[in-house]
Amino acid sequence: MEPLKLHFDVSGSDFTCAGEASGNIKKALKEIGFSAALTRNVAIAVYEGEINMVIHGGGGQIDVEITPECISIVLADQGPGIPDIALAMQEGYSTAPENVRQLGFGAGMGLPNIKKYTDEMIIESEVGKGTTIRLKVFPQ
Amino acid sequence: MKIREIKNILDAELICGENFLDNEVFTACGSDMMSDVLAYVKEQAVLLSGLVNPQVVRTAEMMDMKCIVFVRGKHPDLDMIELAEERDIVLLGTRLEMFTSCGLLYKNGLKGGSGI
Repeated sequence: MEPLKLHFDVSGSDFTCAGEASGNIKKALKEIGFSAALTRNVAIAVYEGEINMVIHGGGGQIDVEITPECISIVLADQGPGIPDIALAMQEGYSTAPENVRQLGFGAGMGLPNIKKYTDEMIIESEVGKGTTIRLKVFPQ
Repeated sequence: MKIREIKNILDAELICGENFLDNEVFTACGSDMMSDVLAYVKEQAVLLSGLVNPQVVRTAEMMDMKCIVFVRGKHPDLDMIELAEERDIVLLGTRLEMFTSCGLLYKNGLKGGSGI
């Protein structure tokens, strides 16, 4: 079976639209028939990534490949990059500005939460060039 | 508890989602921090919040929540209402504060999560 491929461009300037791609991915997974729990876990992980992309990355792209055995997600931005990935993975560590915190985000839970809700997570980042997060979820 | 009972207990205004007022919910959480809702909340069907921006609706959507109660007299704008309507999420608004709202719902049988 050919994998279902989805692509989304995420705007970096409009915080109100953040979550649009995640919502569409969730809808697609639900329509395919994945369980509610799996669909929710993937949606939360992608949403956290999408929010990060808007807050820190100046927008980016989300690519998803779905087969019955694996849901693969690549979140790529061309933002400032993450200087210390291990530090960024610590719960509570955040570089989000005050205006983002006022919107209910920036508690330093985004990356740890993505890890929590996925089976595989690889972060590739270069300062000044951008960040790519590769995620995999295995439905079985 | 039916969502309709939440509306009555909190003397809340129905903002949208009239068709879903008879849906049953069993658990709720209260937070103005969406990061924490995404990180710690499991299976809760009702979100009480004093935060008003579209990401509150998006967060509820990702978490499969059925109802959002805006506390402290906060009111969503038309874009948020439209977003909630498209996702079959009930929006309620109460003048009560967060602590009081959560306390009243808990006293009447709505439960919280089991902790982290």
